[in-house]
Amino acid sequence: MNKTWNNKAWFMVLPVFLLVAISAIIPLMTVVNYSVQDTFGNNEFFWNGTDWFVDTLTSERFHAALVRNLSFSLIILAIEIPLGIGISLTIPKKGWGVSVCLVLMALPLLIPWNVVGTIWQVFGRVDIGLLGHTLAALGLDYNYVQDPIDAWATVVAMDVWHWTSLVALLCYAGLSAIPDAYYQAAKIDGASRWAVFRYIQLPKMKRVLTIAVLLRFMDSFMIYTEPFVVTGGGPGNSTTFLSIDLVKMAIGQFDLGPAAAMSIIYFLIILLLSWIFYTVMTNSEGAN
Amino acid sequence: MARITLDHIAHSYKANPQKPTDYALREVHHVWNDGGAYALLGPSGCGKTTLLNIISGLLTPSKGRLLFGDKDVTRLPTEARNIAQVFQFPVIYDTMTVHDNLAFPLRNRGIPESEVERAVKETAEMIGLTAMLKKRAKGLTADEKQKISLGRGVVRSDVNAILFDEPLTVIDPHMKWMLRSQLKHLHKRVGHTMIYVTHDQTEALSFADKVVVMYEGEVVQIGTPADLFEKPKHTFVGYFIGSPGMNVLPAKVAGDKASVGEHEIALRAPYAELSGKTELGIRPEFVKLVHGNDGVPVKVSAVEDIGRYRIVRTRLGAHEVNAVLPEGTPVPAEPRAVFDTSRLNVYLDSHLVEARQ
Amino acid sequence: MLELVGVTKQVGAETHITDVTMTLVKGSLNVLLGPTLSGKTSLMRLMAGLDKPTAGDIRMDGVSVVGVPVQKRNVAMVYQQFINYPTLTVYENIASPLRIQGASDAVIKAKVGKAAELLRLTEHLDKTPLQLSGGQQQRTALARAVVKEAGLVLLDEPLANLDYKLREELRAELPKIFAETGAIFVYATTEPMEALLLGGNTGCLSLGRLTQFGSTIGVYNRPADLITAETFSDPPLNIITVDKRGSEFRHTGGVSFPATPKQAALPDGRYTIGFRPHHLYLDAQGSTGTATQGRVAITEITGSESFVHVDVADSRWVALVPGVRNLDVDTTITVYVDPERFFIFDQTGKLASAPASAA
Repeated sequence: MNKTWNNKAWFMVLPVFLLVAISAIIPLMTVVNYSVQDTFGNNEFFWNGTDWFVDTLTSERFHAALVRNLSFSLIILAIEIPLGIGISLTIPKKGWGVSVCLVLMALPLLIPWNVVGTIWQVFGRVDIGLLGHTLAALGLDYNYVQDPIDAWATVVAMDVWHWTSLVALLCYAGLSAIPDAYYQAAKIDGASRWAVFRYIQLPKMKRVLTIAVLLRFMDSFMIYTEPFVVTGGGPGNSTTFLSIDLVKMAIGQFDLGPAAAMSIIYFLIILLLSWIFYTVMTNSEGAN
Repeated sequence: MARITLDHIAHSYKANPQKPTDYALREVHHVWNDGGAYALLGPSGCGKTTLLNIISGLLTPSKGRLLFGDKDVTRLPTEARNIAQVFQFPVIYDTMTVHDNLAFPLRNRGIPESEVERAVKETAEMIGLTAMLKKRAKGLTADEKQKISLGRGVVRSDVNAILFDEPLTVIDPHMKWMLRSQLKHLHKRVGHTMIYVTHDQTEALSFADKVVVMYEGEVVQIGTPADLFEKPKHTFVGYFIGSPGMNVLPAKVAGDKASVGEHEIALRAPYAELSGKTELGIRPEFVKLVHGNDGVPVKVSAVEDIGRYRIVRTRLGAHEVNAVLPEGTPVPAEPRAVFDTSRLNVYLDSHLVEARQ
Repeated sequence: MLELVGVTKQVGAETHITDVTMTLVKGSLNVLLGPTLSGKTSLMRLMAGLDKPTAGDIRMDGVSVVGVPVQKRNVAMVYQQFINYPTLTVYENIASPLRIQGASDAVIKAKVGKAAELLRLTEHLDKTPLQLSGGQQQRTALARAVVKEAGLVLLDEPLANLDYKLREELRAELPKIFAETGAIFVYATTEPMEALLLGGNTGCLSLGRLTQFGSTIGVYNRPADLITAETFSDPPLNIITVDKRGSEFRHTGGVSFPATPKQAALPDGRYTIGFRPHHLYLDAQGSTGTATQGRVAITEITGSESFVHVDVADSRWVALVPGVRNLDVDTTITVYVDPERFFIFDQTGKLASAPASAA
């Protein structure tokens, strides 16, 4: 049905447009501006073309950080998605247990990110931390300040602790949207527990899983606060992710041009990967 | 396939039912024949869904036993009852093809693949899905999806019963009668016991050999479509079956005479003395409007001409009496209503009473 | 008086309504009959002023109302869905149009009380709509239309979502409820039976065109063309194409029917014969009937009547017979038709001859 046209409606959109312009577009343009210029102080800027971009793309340091980022995202997706699905399947469907579970699971999500970092920083310390001390008492050689593998394990465990409930909550929402008739039909058809999961629950969760994967990927790819608080990017450069590297470069070394070029590349990579994820997942949906 | 015995079954959703009104389903005691087509018919809240859930195993009745053949299944879970069900909204496995949907119940039971192939092919042919066996089930229309649900039941040769829960709710009106006709063909061919729940009289009467009419948690009549029309055992059946429904007139009955207000109406035979609420029931089809001295005087309040017949709405004193006049029959100027004595029923507290022989 | 003159509505490349001209008089009940997507709702939206016609004029009492927004017109509308304010009580729901008009509390109380009584809602006034049954929810929506005292009341399949018994009750009450108000009523439905039960006038719609408009029983008895006859028949009209030679109608399948003297006077040529399901008989009908063989496809029983679907030659016909007739599928039976009952349409679809009884 068509509606009577009313052009006044466009004025309603104006405030949002202004807000987006101020909060996103203008800062972004500033970054673009820095990325194509060089400065030697005194607020003097010189045109530098695409040099910073070429430098960044060919730098070893950038490649290493990018690989660390991708590995981190893949590892936490590989853990959090199956774990989240698993947890969501065990949440009760009705009764008082539902609210208890949901509140408990929402707790990690409510804690500020730097606090999460601090908690794990203390938790993992060998001298006073519960985790570090216990592991040491068990005779394990655990020290995230010195051992790169231990540092990685700590950062991954922290992220899993922090974000798996988000995946579980999303999956739970998907599961509760399945009508009872499906489960009853499956019983009648003699389906096993696995078949119910494979042919009813998983297909019905597909939409929310797409969202969960996208959210977790983008978020983990941009991770900064928690590893910065726990390991500060070390030991060595072993947990220096793109974001940490970026800050080091921009604030630590005041290399504004390379940092700006890097952040634009970083932004484009996230955009590209998200788009690929989205297309792949929605296409496989459409093919059904 | 099995005979279904409802042995004094009753159900209440309350923990400690006291009054009869606490029961969503009042005591039913009945045996349904193996291979029969039954419809549970009634308005929403009449208990038909409760009874269906007891048969499918979703509910355990508060009282009584349920038997499939000679086996007591009252406390068995759904999966152990060997039944099939078609739900109100189509349930299909989205990610599978039509073929795999039909094969699913057989594969789950570890039936050899060659046997699965044969059964799937035969079922698809029976329900008219052969051409789309290779398609994904997801993209099909609602009626095709319902056929798949039905197919998953029929594909198993050994099911005790196939249950239908308002299966045509989401089907386009012009597809409804197609599906109904296929269902009837299918019933004739496979001979499974089928139980069909609906609030639609046409669906129930067209599908079933025996219609179970339910009202306020009670089974008020079980009968063939003709029984329900010609001899409603409860005033509700008279009202619910037929359009317009049966005329129900409060009356005093004495011997072979009934009186409605000041008017006297002859009955076909004498009745025993009745104490309680007595009513006369007569279908509009069996009311004649004549000129002269027969019958009782009525006042016409409206005439609805629907082409093939006319519904004449009249008043007999304070009571409404509808008459259905065949095409071309005139409405007399000072009409008197004549009731076909052989079709005039007497009800005591809403239940049919027979004349003394 | 509401006049539509050459009203056309196009949306993009699609034409929803084509050249509709009709006059609806005060106090009349007008049924718009047609299948889904035939343009009933589009036409109602134009009448209400929710949409503007692409061409043509809409006049209320002689004054053009094109371009006057719906808020400024005196229109009430009831939809298929039960639309009420879920958080307000039934009383406040019914009172809502009066509150907007700024009526005094005393007036509101009187009018709501009267409307509630008319629609048998008096004992439910303190409840909220969601505590009511479907039928009562729709009664609330109808009561709101009643208190508004609108000059034009549009009802878009208002009973479609109700169980059939509730539909039967409310349908019988509707004409009475609105008769007093003197408003123009427009009632859209897909069901021919509903149009017949409501009476009044009927306009048949097909693909956005008004094929015929007149008194309901008049349109039913003398449809101007094949499309109107098909729209206004439920179950569907039985149709057969024939070749007329003198006093005989011949069908390709070897079936033939004798023509009545009146029909025999038509020029020879190709015709389409239509006859209603209740004129296809399962028993011989005196001397005028013609017998032919058919195979039962399905029997449908509504309670007081049965529909027997029969395959005859290359067509599927429906016989509507009184009482319960449960014939087994796939059995061969003899059916009878009566040429007296034929509607005969020429090759352009125009009515050439109607049954004598329908003159």
